[in-house]
Amino acid sequence: MNAPLLSVKDLRVEFATRRGPLTALDGVSFDLAPGEILGVVGESGAGKSLTGLAIIGLLDPPGRIAGGEIRLKGERIDNLPPEAMRRIRGRRIGMIFQDPLTSLNPLLRVGDQLVETILTHTSLTPRGARERAIALLTEVGIPAPERRIDGYPHEFSGGMRQRVVIALALCAEPALVIADEPTTALDVSVQAQIIAVLKRLAREHHAAVILITHDMGVIAETADRVAVMYAGRIAEIGRVGEVVRDPLHPYARGLMAAIPTLEGRATRLAQIPGAMPRLSAIPPGCAFNPRCPNVFDRCRIERPPPLAVGERRAACWLYDRGDAPAPLREVVS
Amino acid sequence: MTSRSPEALVGTRTSSRGDKMDAAGAEPRQRLVEVEHLRRIFDVSKPWITRLLEHEPRRHLKAVDGLDFKIDRGETLGIVGESGSGKSTLARMVVGLLRPSDGRVFIEGIDMAATGDPAARRDVRRRMQMIFQDPYASLNPRWRVGDIVAEPIHAFGLGTGQPNGEPKKPPKGAITARAGELLRLVGLDPADARKYPHEFSGGQRQRIAIARALASNPDFIVCDEPTSALDVSIQAQILNLMRDLQEKLGLTYLLITHNLAVVRHMATRVGVMYLGRLVEIAPTAELFARPRHPYTRMLLDAVPDLAMSGRARTPVGGEVPNPIDPPPGCPFHPRCPKVIARCRTEVPQFVDDVACHLAHDDRNWLAREGATARG
Repeated sequence: MNAPLLSVKDLRVEFATRRGPLTALDGVSFDLAPGEILGVVGESGAGKSLTGLAIIGLLDPPGRIAGGEIRLKGERIDNLPPEAMRRIRGRRIGMIFQDPLTSLNPLLRVGDQLVETILTHTSLTPRGARERAIALLTEVGIPAPERRIDGYPHEFSGGMRQRVVIALALCAEPALVIADEPTTALDVSVQAQIIAVLKRLAREHHAAVILITHDMGVIAETADRVAVMYAGRIAEIGRVGEVVRDPLHPYARGLMAAIPTLEGRATRLAQIPGAMPRLSAIPPGCAFNPRCPNVFDRCRIERPPPLAVGERRAACWLYDRGDAPAPLREVVS
Repeated sequence: MTSRSPEALVGTRTSSRGDKMDAAGAEPRQRLVEVEHLRRIFDVSKPWITRLLEHEPRRHLKAVDGLDFKIDRGETLGIVGESGSGKSTLARMVVGLLRPSDGRVFIEGIDMAATGDPAARRDVRRRMQMIFQDPYASLNPRWRVGDIVAEPIHAFGLGTGQPNGEPKKPPKGAITARAGELLRLVGLDPADARKYPHEFSGGQRQRIAIARALASNPDFIVCDEPTSALDVSIQAQILNLMRDLQEKLGLTYLLITHNLAVVRHMATRVGVMYLGRLVEIAPTAELFARPRHPYTRMLLDAVPDLAMSGRARTPVGGEVPNPIDPPPGCPFHPRCPKVIARCRTEVPQFVDDVACHLAHDDRNWLAREGATARG
């Protein structure tokens, strides 16, 4: 792997509460190569969105980064002053949110929003910026962009709005795009189109993408690697094909088996008993241990670090080769 | 063509059209629900004064525009469609929460809206229940779970399980016992009856909603997106529970959802809706293997593929048009890859379980085209 574009190491996010800090993200580590699409999947409350917000520096208080580091092209960005972070946001990291209506200003024409963003981040003239805006709208597949550029967001349909938001995120040619549930609010037929646009643009612009979604199908179609999150930790991370076909972590296994597919009417879906614990009640040891079918004593006491299994990492004691624990934990390479 | 449902014909009407035998149709099954020419039109006109000043006519939205289908006892009919296709409006009309603009819904041959007999109407109401999408909104936060589950028992004056003929006020102990029994049936603890809804997670709340739906001993449950607010692992629990209950209690479901995989897993037959109309209805395996309407094909192709089999996909174009102003002719024609001149002017009727001119001319045209395109 060439030098990582983004490197997240031992990221820890806490929320201060009256009863002491709640740990929402704990020991999240991953690298992202230029042009790579990393899917982040998990159930609500697993910490997917928080991971994205922490990277882009948009954690709302009382949430804060309490440990670890985030590096963009080798530079630390987790401890920058707000002004410096604001310059990185938009220029070097773009963001796409779930609801395209709230990401756009309803009072401004779509073109003005694009031009404003382009002027903020580049040295183009206003005329040049408008041309670039039209080019971007063309790229994301908006028909008749010369005319549509002067429309207001409410004149666009849901899918078209999300295309505009993607165009906005790409204005400054960022090296990294974080897309948080970009297709969740859309119908399946439109979802497929947006996925295609996202995938194509990442390839053409060599942008790395963090694709956050609860939909494993979207990840399987789009991402190169996937991180499965559970209770604020990464349960398993690896190439999409391997994780989908042969998940290692018992949680990932349960999750894959629980998804109904188009293939056939099995009698029953596999189900994981219980539900994900609240942040205030994460059990000691492995967070998944009360629901795990493979649980043994060690899981209840000691927390498993991400253990290397081939090219993958799984945070599960099942994959601990007891003879060499120390080098195996050196997995963040 | 033979009619397979003598029971359904008892009462006020006769079947206007013969029934087609489906692939599995060997033995006669009982017809439970029959929907006939169901329509619902919403008036979405601007206020009178605005219309007067701007010379605008009234505007109408045909949310459901002439639906016909039947549901047999014990089966699960899935209805899929994208937003704005009229799925939820259909669900609300079938259970009687919304009055149809036109058309009728028969439950075992009784038209709930037309019957003059209050006892019969009450009995029909008791026998059908609904489960809603959002378990956070469908449970009263100020009521204890036990009271929520017991409400239908009170409302229908039911005793400890035998419908009708029971005293108006059944003993309190019996109701508590029944509520506890229902909670156990959906996988909760009878002691949970004393708690409030906020003490439960989304999946558990949906279980409470299911227990409430079961309280009146229904035959027929309309489920409107029952799992789309839930996480996948919780969704699996709820879908399994629904299947178990169906087996145990002989329930019939009308399952409304946008999720094709859920329908594939749950339904025995599937209807596909587009802009207020049914475009196709078929037994589940057949619909997924050999769709006959181009829209069905498009939907199936659009679902992200977990198996990553790299199957051939027709690229999907366009979005669902505004239902206030649907295109003339076949409503799908602007997005249809197979469109012919006739589609632009002539609305295809829903005949032979499909509403597509090309499928009417040649039953298996799409399957054949698909085979050649992929080969």
